[in-house]
Amino acid sequence: MDLKSHISVKNLNVYYGAEHALKNINIDIPDRRITAIIGPSGCGKSTLLKSFNRLVDSIEGVKVTGEVSVDGENIYGPDVEITHIRKKMGLLSQRPFPLPMSIYDNVAYGPRIHGTKNRKVLDETVEKYLKIAHLWDEVKNRLNKPASKLSIGQQQRLCLARGLAVEPEIILGDEPTSALDPKSSRAIEERFMELKNDYTIVIVTHILRQAKRLADYVVFLYLGELIEHGPAREIFENPKEEMTKEYIKGIIS
Amino acid sequence: MFEKRIFIDRTAEKLTFLMASLSCILLVIIAWGLLKRSFPIMEEKSLADLLLTSSWKPLKGNFGFLPFIMGSLYVTAVAMMIAVPFSILTSIYLSEYAGRRIKNAAEPVIDLLAGIPSVVYGVWGILTVVPFVKYLAGLFGVFTTGYSVLSAGIVLAIMIFPIIINLSTEIFQSIPLELRNASLSLGATKWQTVKFVLIPKAMPGIIAAIVLGLSRAFGETMAVLMVAGNVAQTPGSLFDPAYPLPALIANNYGEMLSIPLYDSALLFAAFILLGIVLVFNIISKIILLRITRNTQ
Ligand SMILES: Nc1ncnc2c1ncn2[C@@H]1O[C@H](COP(=O)(O)OP(=O)(O)OP(=O)(O)O)[C@@H](O)[C@H]1O
Ligand SMILES: [Mg+2]
Repeated sequence: MDLKSHISVKNLNVYYGAEHALKNINIDIPDRRITAIIGPSGCGKSTLLKSFNRLVDSIEGVKVTGEVSVDGENIYGPDVEITHIRKKMGLLSQRPFPLPMSIYDNVAYGPRIHGTKNRKVLDETVEKYLKIAHLWDEVKNRLNKPASKLSIGQQQRLCLARGLAVEPEIILGDEPTSALDPKSSRAIEERFMELKNDYTIVIVTHILRQAKRLADYVVFLYLGELIEHGPAREIFENPKEEMTKEYIKGIIS
Repeated sequence: MFEKRIFIDRTAEKLTFLMASLSCILLVIIAWGLLKRSFPIMEEKSLADLLLTSSWKPLKGNFGFLPFIMGSLYVTAVAMMIAVPFSILTSIYLSEYAGRRIKNAAEPVIDLLAGIPSVVYGVWGILTVVPFVKYLAGLFGVFTTGYSVLSAGIVLAIMIFPIIINLSTEIFQSIPLELRNASLSLGATKWQTVKFVLIPKAMPGIIAAIVLGLSRAFGETMAVLMVAGNVAQTPGSLFDPAYPLPALIANNYGEMLSIPLYDSALLFAAFILLGIVLVFNIISKIILLRITRNTQ
């Protein structure tokens, strides 16, 4: 597998006050592949994901050292405009958080804040991404209803459409299916499989089976340290580290 | 043991119910008491006569409440126009921008502001706000004593800052971090997030906070009485004196009770006060309902 790198992490350290949450991480996240970050609870998966779009340093008391480069640009560099970095990435959180506005406005939110005003363009964008998220048929007759009226599974697909509408290159998902029922989870997983030809996808998951189903590349963290990373098949079938073996067998969790 | 637990559970339900109903009953009792004591004047005069005429000459039997109602409304409106933007922006700063140290320093100061007795605000108003307003009016070529709608509005605004700031800061802080992250992760700036996501999300709570401040301002007596000028005339400008309802009641109740209907008139004023506050509350409930239906 020839892997071109999209996000490149060099000597990344993250501290929450005195807590050293990520210890000297070095990885390359491959372009247009699904990368799964796995590891036991509290090992720093969410922290690593949030350091990709710099949501981590908006928390008070957080210190970040090292580099994260996206398309070759260090996003922790001094002259970086943070909103431009974030526009390159869509985020799906553990629970869907629809914005307090209509379904239509949720999807149009991103394009609008980046300056699109033309109603026709917005209409097309909303329809396009709701279709990609497989939500269009369910909501096309009630686009002006509050997004909070949707079911949780629908809300998560809405959040996917909302993230895609800013035309990012990367999709980040922090356990994006953990609050969903099996059918909605499958719907999200299917969307990821469709989207991976066009986007670099990074998901955090603690469901090993999900990682096996989706991932092309796997990153295994333990207590803030990067233990092993590599193509999914190698990690699952032939892990080099003892710790990875034990985690995959379910001995440590 | 088992039986006792269930007994306590049932008693707790009854006791809490009793206490909850007591506060409702109290409101009814107060309203009824005021209404009953205002019957004498309502039998003499039509409601329109009382509420919509401006002549206040108790000795002649003229009881027109319009100047007082308008005085109250103007003073409160000015106070809200100053207090609302200031308090909301302050609470946005405290919850979204300020670091922990600034927050920890600001909170006790705001609480302290809330604890200052209103008579102290009144004295301070006389010493600083009244001369300031007099000076300000001079710049516009208007003569005033300084005891005016504007002075009362400024003093009231300062008195209700802490109420609105505390409540709305709490409301902003109760919004989950992930909602902010959802907006930020799309490339929104912090201010866009505040404006398009946090303020709409907090709106029901902000309105509740504003109504609480409004009711407080509307009923505030002492400080207003000291700086408003107390002239029974509908104010024509910010620099005119006003005579709000609470000041009318506090200044006169218990005196000159030999004047026929005077006592009843003042209790009628108290009843109007209660009625207007009730109307504010109902309107805010309606607004709340509409907002929650459309966004939340
Ligand atoms: N806001 C915060 N303040 C202080 N410490 C934090 C904060 N967020 C996370 N941590 C700490 O950093 C470490 C890594 O947390 P993180 O949320 O990245 O773990 P995780 O792998 O995502 O766990 P989970 O699987 O439970 O979501 C934990 O020890 C956690 O206690
Ligand atoms: Mg996590």
